[in-house]
Amino acid sequence: MNLSNNEMNEMYLDVLKELGNIGTGNAVSALAMMIGRKINMKVPVVKMVNLQEVPEILGGAEIPVVGILLNVEGDIEGFIMFVMSQSSAHLLVNMLLGTTLNGYSEFTDIEKSALMEIGNILAGAYLTALSTLTGFKMIQSVPQLAEDMAGAILSFPAIQFGETGDTALYIETEIFEESNRIVADFFLIPTIESYQKMLKALGVA
Amino acid sequence: MMEIIKVGMADLNVTGYPNALTTLGLGSCVGVCIYDTKTKIIGMIHIMLPYSWGVKNNTNPAKFADTGIPLLIEKMEELGAAKKNMFAKLAGGAQMFEVTRSEFMNIGKRNVEAAKKVLQEQNIPIVAEDTGGNYGRTIIFYSEDGRLEIKTIGKGTKTI
Repeated sequence: MNLSNNEMNEMYLDVLKELGNIGTGNAVSALAMMIGRKINMKVPVVKMVNLQEVPEILGGAEIPVVGILLNVEGDIEGFIMFVMSQSSAHLLVNMLLGTTLNGYSEFTDIEKSALMEIGNILAGAYLTALSTLTGFKMIQSVPQLAEDMAGAILSFPAIQFGETGDTALYIETEIFEESNRIVADFFLIPTIESYQKMLKALGVA
Repeated sequence: MMEIIKVGMADLNVTGYPNALTTLGLGSCVGVCIYDTKTKIIGMIHIMLPYSWGVKNNTNPAKFADTGIPLLIEKMEELGAAKKNMFAKLAGGAQMFEVTRSEFMNIGKRNVEAAKKVLQEQNIPIVAEDTGGNYGRTIIFYSEDGRLEIKTIGKGTKTI
């Protein structure tokens, strides 16, 4: 089958959107079950991004953010990273624990575990979606959390880009619960070998 | 009027008096700052990795300590700086996350070590450093007197 570049691009975007939709579906069920209330999610953006674009996506290298990192191993190897603004992280903790933190409170250990657990659930949701579309098996590690400047947090996966490739799968996730809107940026950073393998399995390379 | 010029990730820049150079949100990366005491020419590089050999994606020399630091010195010399008048200051090299994979272990520390080794080979003395830890840094390097200002979130600001 010969496809034009445009057709290729459209097909590729469709596959990524599908990945975002299935992942979000999984995540909504898991999160709603966890908090025992109805939530809504949407995925406004799914795309492949370059390393250079990432600090801009997050609003600048100096912006304080909360980052959650997980290792991925198995048929696809690499990292998963969630990045949230401090206010989104606080809303998420409030939603989960029924607290009323304002944007400036420091997180306690319990609040940090709650955030890491969300990271776990969302990572699982997107990896299951990827697995559904590709048939690959992947295992995620225990999450880790850091609060700091966006540039500093991102230097970690960026260095992995530096040693491997320079592309990540980016999924912007919006979570709505009552009047709250939480934005979490999801990055899947495969090794260069896994990246090729993933695109091929998704039928876009 | 003083201008503060940005240095991006895996990038370098040089300037002269009265300007300053800055790089934002250094994590595991290392900011190497070189000052020429005679001409007040300054240079800054934001390195991501220690060595370019063995790395597939190595077309950008500013990404690595071994290729980037000599290039930075060269650019400073082009502006009229001389190696014998230079000193260096380092910042960054933090460990933002604990990693289980051994090959990525403490990349921050490896970056700092590589930067020091390359500077030593180039005979440029390191007069001050603020490296390691588990937090990010924004740095500003002033041509006026070679001072390096380091800003953090929750760990205060200092000058070295």
